[in-house]
Amino acid sequence: MIEFRYDRADDVGSALGLIGESGKYLAGGTNLVDLMRETIERPTALVDVSGISGSIEEQAGGGVRIGAGVTNSAVAAHPVIRRDYPMLSRAILAGASAQIRNMASVGGNILQRTRCYYFYDDAARCNKRAPGAGCDAIDGFNRIHAILGASPDCVATHPSDMCVALAALDAIVHLRGPEGERTLPCVELHHLPGGRPDIETALKPRELIVSVELPVVPFARRSTYRKVRDRSSYAFALVSVAAALDLEGGAVRDGRIALGGVAHKPWRAYAAEAALKGKPATAESFRAAAEAELKGAAPLSGNGFKVELAKRTIVSVLQELAA
Amino acid sequence: MQFRINGQTVEAAVDVRTSLLDLLREHLHLTGTKKGCNQGACGACTVLADGQRINSCLALAIQYQGREITTIEGLGTADALHPLQAAFIEHDGFQCGYCTPGQICSAVGMIAEWERGLPSAVTGDLTDGNIALDHDELRERMSGNLCRCGAHNGIIAAIRDTYLAEAAE
Repeated sequence: MIEFRYDRADDVGSALGLIGESGKYLAGGTNLVDLMRETIERPTALVDVSGISGSIEEQAGGGVRIGAGVTNSAVAAHPVIRRDYPMLSRAILAGASAQIRNMASVGGNILQRTRCYYFYDDAARCNKRAPGAGCDAIDGFNRIHAILGASPDCVATHPSDMCVALAALDAIVHLRGPEGERTLPCVELHHLPGGRPDIETALKPRELIVSVELPVVPFARRSTYRKVRDRSSYAFALVSVAAALDLEGGAVRDGRIALGGVAHKPWRAYAAEAALKGKPATAESFRAAAEAELKGAAPLSGNGFKVELAKRTIVSVLQELAA
Repeated sequence: MQFRINGQTVEAAVDVRTSLLDLLREHLHLTGTKKGCNQGACGACTVLADGQRINSCLALAIQYQGREITTIEGLGTADALHPLQAAFIEHDGFQCGYCTPGQICSAVGMIAEWERGLPSAVTGDLTDGNIALDHDELRERMSGNLCRCGAHNGIIAAIRDTYLAEAAE
């Protein structure tokens, strides 16, 4: 770990004032401290924002605003989230361990970096760590890597479970930077790798995630999250599915589906959602929707199994919600 | 920097890069807390911060000034074991013992979470305020603590014996 200056911010304004050009915001530190120890992240200043934006508030017109400094545990435990957005509680509870969820913040979860082995290994080539260096994952051990939206430069996946639910719920991320406040749909915050896998988000320099807004999604009460992984707990997703179903008379009026573990960003399954609309809530319709979404899948040498796994997980989750 | 460790206020002159784990072990010589992976994957370094279990290896010490830190040394001593320590002995909840302090701190934090009604990944009904702490719940809730000797069954038995016998009364 290289040396850094440490400051604790009292509010968003002071955080923006303290961050400087090569600073990083620090909250729980569960990803950043590890990456700094590996010298993959080398900030010269840390601004501790763990003490700000720490509340969960129900909005007057419905929906919930979650402060970026709220711990993952507190979001998963919140009674309104558990009742109205169960997929979000379940996604968070499927991630990491209780110890890490107690430390990790909402903002940090969104900005956590890939768990690609080659990104962590400084003896390997990685375009994300060293732009232009090449990618050792494409022809390497790529069982955990992307099958959707990857590029010749990067096949890494986004590791978050929480963000998969946020993508499915059309969550809005509230940002504040030197130029003021703005909002971004969660699905637009993360980039696909393209030719610049080192640029992972739409955040501008010094911008800070202040909160995440969950809009009203009445049918999200019928929602869940399923994570398929190499062991039954405390492992990253091979494939995960966040889904909500709006059913009427045995047919799908509306649905939300997002996938984790398959792409460089939380993957909103728009094609599957479109294929479901108005269809009977049957295994056949669910399979057709899954096929529509995975049509564009481009597996690597070691992760072809993910294509069928993703399809089956989508079908199984939708069947559970329709039961 | 000034810290609150096991009910005592302590001063330590440490580099800003020092983890809470290294503060405890290297500077305060509280070596009960163990360094396993040093990257948040094993749970051996688990301590309690204001009663909540955390991985001290991923925590920068400077962030934890003013927080009440409890380590295994603050839970029990050789002469006055914490009930869970006694139960670990009774149920063979360890072989080499390296993960044990983390397991015990984790279990203490876990029980507090359960008493507050927190759900887990295997909880069936998220809106249920009274979650039964059955075998699957315990295993899931303790999954952040690995035991390479494979004493997990003894660990679960020790936790059940310590907390759930009381809960059933």
